Amino acid sequence: MNRELKSVGKGVRKKDAMQLLLGKPAYVQDVTPADCLVVRVLRSPHAHAVIESISCDIARKVPGVTAIYTWEDVPQKRFTMAGQTYPEPSPYDRLILDRRVRFAGDAVAIVAAETEEAAEKALRLIKVTYDVQPAVLDFHNALDNPVLVHPEDSWKALCDVGADNRRNLCAQGTESDGDVDAVMADCDICFTRTFHTRAVHQAMMETFRTYTEIDHYGRLHVVSSTQIVFHARRILAHALDIPKSKIHVEKPRIGGGFGAKQTLVAEIYPAFVTWKTGRAARMIYSRKECQTAGSPRHEMEVTVKIGADKSGKIRALDVHTLSNTGAYGEHGPTTVGLSGHKSIPLYTGSLEAFRFGYDVVYTNVQSAGAYRGYGATQGIYAVESVVNELAGMLDMDPVQIRLQNMVREGQIMPAYYNEPASACALDRCMLRCAEAFGWAEKYPVRRTPDGKIRSAGVAMAMQGSGISGVDVGSAAVKLNDDGFYVLRIGAADMGTGCDTILAQMTAECMDCSVDDVIVFGADSDASPYDSGSYASSTTYVTGRAVEKACLELKEKICTVAAEMLDCPAAELVFDGREVRRADNTASVSLEDIATKSMCGNTVALEAVSSHSSPTSPPPFMVGMAEIELDPETGTVEVLDYTAVVDCGTVVNPNLAKIQTEGGLVQGIGMTLTENIQYHENGHMTENSFLQYKIPTRLETGRLHVEFMPSYEESGPFGAKSIGEIVINTPAPAIVHALYRATGNWYRELPILPERLALDLAEKDGGR
Amino acid sequence: MEITILLNGKKRTAEVRADTVLFDLLRDLGCASVKCGCETSACGLCTVLLDDKPVLSCSVLAVRADGRKVDTLEGLQDEASAFVGFIADQGAEQCGFCNPGFVMNTIALLRENPDPTDDEIRQYLAGNLCRCSGYEGQTRGIRAFLNAKKEGRL
Repeated sequence: MNRELKSVGKGVRKKDAMQLLLGKPAYVQDVTPADCLVVRVLRSPHAHAVIESISCDIARKVPGVTAIYTWEDVPQKRFTMAGQTYPEPSPYDRLILDRRVRFAGDAVAIVAAETEEAAEKALRLIKVTYDVQPAVLDFHNALDNPVLVHPEDSWKALCDVGADNRRNLCAQGTESDGDVDAVMADCDICFTRTFHTRAVHQAMMETFRTYTEIDHYGRLHVVSSTQIVFHARRILAHALDIPKSKIHVEKPRIGGGFGAKQTLVAEIYPAFVTWKTGRAARMIYSRKECQTAGSPRHEMEVTVKIGADKSGKIRALDVHTLSNTGAYGEHGPTTVGLSGHKSIPLYTGSLEAFRFGYDVVYTNVQSAGAYRGYGATQGIYAVESVVNELAGMLDMDPVQIRLQNMVREGQIMPAYYNEPASACALDRCMLRCAEAFGWAEKYPVRRTPDGKIRSAGVAMAMQGSGISGVDVGSAAVKLNDDGFYVLRIGAADMGTGCDTILAQMTAECMDCSVDDVIVFGADSDASPYDSGSYASSTTYVTGRAVEKACLELKEKICTVAAEMLDCPAAELVFDGREVRRADNTASVSLEDIATKSMCGNTVALEAVSSHSSPTSPPPFMVGMAEIELDPETGTVEVLDYTAVVDCGTVVNPNLAKIQTEGGLVQGIGMTLTENIQYHENGHMTENSFLQYKIPTRLETGRLHVEFMPSYEESGPFGAKSIGEIVINTPAPAIVHALYRATGNWYRELPILPERLALDLAEKDGGR
Repeated sequence: MEITILLNGKKRTAEVRADTVLFDLLRDLGCASVKCGCETSACGLCTVLLDDKPVLSCSVLAVRADGRKVDTLEGLQDEASAFVGFIADQGAEQCGFCNPGFVMNTIALLRENPDPTDDEIRQYLAGNLCRCSGYEGQTRGIRAFLNAKKEGRL
């Protein structure tokens, strides 16, 4: 950069911060009328059944019940709820309501009523006779199981993802580089390990919720807590079988997403009710529904074979992932890819060959979806644990073995679509993290005077910045009276602060204050097209669109100024507050230009730009955990978690830091407390926050976050991404520390105290 | 049945059923700051002050509030404004959905203990879940407020 940045790189407050902290109305339930129909869904008690008959006669008589819909009332066109760019890789395997129900919690009927009580009563009075079918509950047995989750002929895959509903297969594939088997055969050390992670939940504080009404043009107006207003419009049009022009989707403030709201979990039900009845309607998911019929992380079993030299050179990685997409294929074909694409390339520095294969299977549990990390989390847990085990076998320092093998700036990563590590400070992250954490002192296992064990572990991670060649980010920047700007975006701020960081970029480009930039988004009618906020895309992809739009707007401002100053635009200089002739002989203020633009003007002082990137430059990071294990109770306390992140230029250090801390704590939860179990009948145990234990502020320990910037030439102001990567290191780092403390490798999450205590008791000779 | 509460300093009369919970009543009365995150008294989002003591409004029957004083964040804007800017300076509000409950409980904490240690802050607010921030930014924000107060910078 040739000039000092004024707005980018500053920890400015989030534009909505004070309103949110003071509890002002901002979310779906706050900003939509309460006197609308209450929409509720009757859910299947069976993991797999065919509806033989369904009688709503008595339920319809409940006073206040407006409508009840069953599988006979809905369009028979299959669709996917996954918010992805069309044609979606996720198979079209859903109906709004289906005669076959595929998990305990699947939708059976939709009830719309004037009050909560009436809806509740009607739900109890719907009589359903089920033909209960055998269910596929264990994802190990799903492939080619005689029981098919999707036997229907109308099932279809739009993309070639290796799917076959006749085999319970949602996706399948293999890729490789080099001769893995030959390199493995030539290695001094070679071993295989398998890791299991569960379908943990995003557990955003605001559950899924949507309000729908018919607007004054007779269109369906949808106000939803969604990360994807444009995909939502398309998906709803598919599902309802109506033209896309009939739908308008907007999002107010979102009470957390983490990927959950990249799937249309709640929208379809009130939308259907409103389209059929013409009445405004609202659906608010209960926490139980959120847990049992949401869109959690894909359960995965990742098997890693590693081949290395005695010197510690990692020569080959062979990764196979079995992923459980549940009853429907939302994000099934894509999440699995990241389990290899964002774990194997970490060792590009030394790898001679790799292979990555996967199967994604259908089962009779709730559909998985998108959750921060999106498969990378699972793959990195497996690969990083294997590398830690290798270091142990070779009696090498796990920091050193990584420095010896890790990807370095400028390298081409064959396991990452042959994209380059164009900006990579992973080596510096490792060195700084070791220093800041005190690796040399904390790595040795220590006993405290009261008999507890202290130990440490390390892991590194990468993610992407948007989807290469797919994601589109757009920005529209307009000059207004007084010289302030409106920035319109289709990206969705879900608490992450993208409205603010994109305003910072606008302010930087237009040489004005962040306060001079008003942000509007996201609205499918008014925003320029944006794929939406997912895949760590917004800063990197939409940010670049902001830069481009600002550049164009500056030219237009100069065009109008040229008219006013009666000189060629090429002679003019724009400095934020005025446009002047290069020789300083004349100038016109931005306010005057804005005023002029509203009187006798023919040049719109607005610019819209779209951006898409052929590459997805990975952010990188290193995490180190110090734990204290109580061998009597199995309780694990994370004492210190130090993370050093390379997300390119840090656009807003405060927000990037909080993103990192939040992601670390989610990762700690996934590792130590958040469990998902199913009963034999396919019902989930952890269906409330009483059973599903997300970390409280007593379980976070000391978090220490630092940034180690690199400069990504293709990113706005050198930025990459931060949103997802931050959840990826806790599982392998804590598991490493637990190995150091116990001698056991924990290859299945979560690691609950009872498991640790029992293991330790056994080791102690069954005392 | 009819109940009367002193809501944010104003007498409000409402018709409630025996099983109406305070949370639903407060939202019906226009207190949009009061949020529901779990329905099982596990998240702290619906925290309000009942006779100046923090309670989870999802697990208090509306009739139990009859004749009593109820304060929501709508009524405590000035008291909250004194410190929430320090949380904004950390970026720790994030999605904001847990903020009102957390801010209400912080108000209760600071009334009870105007000079808490970081551990006392964590203990008192342990029942207020947040999924975005990782909590430490919230603690830093409150600490920054307390330091500013001590140093006479407010």
